[in-house]
Amino acid sequence: MEQQEIIPHLFRTEYSKIVSVLGRLVGFEHIEIAEDIASDTFLLATETWGIKGLPENPAAWLYTVAKNKARDHLKRNNIFSEKVKPGIQRSNTGSHEIEIDLSNKNIADSQLQMMFAICHPSIPAEAQIGLSLRILCGFGIEEIAGAFLSNKETINKRLFRAKEKLRKEKVRIEFPRVSEIDARLETVLTTLYLLFNEGYYSSSQNTTLRKDLCLEAMRLNYLLVDDPHTNKPPVNALLSLMCFHASRFDARLNQNGEIILYDDQDTTLWDKNLIIQGEFYLNKAATGDKISKYHLEAAIAYWHTKKDDTTEKWESILQLYNTLLPIEYSPIAALNRTFALAKARNKQTAIIEAEKLKLTSNHLYYSLLGHLYTDIDKQQALIHLKTALKLAKSKADKETIRKSITKIVETK
Amino acid sequence: MKDFLFLFRRASTAMPTGSPEEMQSMTQQWMDWIGSIAAQNKLVDRGNRLGEEGKVLRPNNVVTDGPYTEIKESLGGYTLVKANSMDEAVELAKGCPIFAVGGSVEVRPIDQM
Repeated sequence: MEQQEIIPHLFRTEYSKIVSVLGRLVGFEHIEIAEDIASDTFLLATETWGIKGLPENPAAWLYTVAKNKARDHLKRNNIFSEKVKPGIQRSNTGSHEIEIDLSNKNIADSQLQMMFAICHPSIPAEAQIGLSLRILCGFGIEEIAGAFLSNKETINKRLFRAKEKLRKEKVRIEFPRVSEIDARLETVLTTLYLLFNEGYYSSSQNTTLRKDLCLEAMRLNYLLVDDPHTNKPPVNALLSLMCFHASRFDARLNQNGEIILYDDQDTTLWDKNLIIQGEFYLNKAATGDKISKYHLEAAIAYWHTKKDDTTEKWESILQLYNTLLPIEYSPIAALNRTFALAKARNKQTAIIEAEKLKLTSNHLYYSLLGHLYTDIDKQQALIHLKTALKLAKSKADKETIRKSITKIVETK
Repeated sequence: MKDFLFLFRRASTAMPTGSPEEMQSMTQQWMDWIGSIAAQNKLVDRGNRLGEEGKVLRPNNVVTDGPYTEIKESLGGYTLVKANSMDEAVELAKGCPIFAVGGSVEVRPIDQM
């Protein structure tokens, strides 16, 4: 990797590790100190490495600098004696020096605990995702603003308010009690799911950023799978879902960041390794007696890794949607169920069901109707697609609909 | 939106006796019907089936076996939906696979206490 690339890359991966370890030491009361120390460390790295070249082990270099900076800062400001030392004495290590443990084990533990603290039910999902991106994934404010299609001030305010709230609620950076783990894990999984979707379905044209969001969600999910406390069936199911979706990453977007529809995707671009991993985690998820929405969505995604249109495939997908919708309704799931119905049965049946959905402000609803009426009633198909075109907002969506219209007009 | 309770009744003699394929197809029809209501975001609770056995208690500690000794149709299950009107609720009930085996659906609005 070139130096221009290695620094942002290291920043992402190491920033979150340093902030998590230091953050756990000082708590949310002083989380800004942890963030400042990490940022200062990278600033110094950029300057020093620019002159002297990369050190042999850049991560170790960063840890040493971060440790020293943290020690100085904590001592100078009496934070150590007031806040950290009592904690250390409680844990009875007997040490009076500031121990900053940047071992792999402690980093992983700190990140997990930070994940639980950030994904706290007391702050809104949007704020949880924002804080996760900043603290757990090391994203810059500008990048977060880009991902949310928002601006820096809004994001800064949102993160500030979220941190205030966590302080007020006295949320501690620690593992939840065993009896609470399942309930707290649910919020964590929702955040990871939304984080992944933010990348996968975002209307941002920045494909690199979008892919990074997905990869970060997966990295955090791997952390959960790697720890015996959190290695639970829904965690594996969500990871499986992410693997299946991510396997199509390179096939589903063209160079301009526009969506390539499933039917038109080049299957040679599907990532076979990720599909195998998805199957592995789906098998691991198949224990216990509870079926989560992640299980169902992962199973649906599994069937989508098989390109051939078999009755078995579409009947399975239909029944999975029939089971998913009563657990959790979403317009997208309702539309996808109707699409599966057309494939498993026939378009006439699906049209009757589609017209009951009445999702009249959703362009995808009209796109689906347009698709179902193609080959049955061209006029109706065109009317629906034109309505879809009016409702669609993103350039990519409009382009996709225009292509469908042209296709119908040309087959006249 | 108001909640409506669907009560499924069918002749107690009309218990499924079909082949595994027929049973499978029956399950599929129920799944499709529930899925269709859920896809319209009008399912509140898919409900449950009721076991065949039952007791009825009457005044003076009179307990009788089975709720269906004198009625031909027995209550087989329930589902909770939401709809804007009784007409709409009835419309939702129309696709229920129970009609294929001669059963009925009773639609009752739920008045919140």
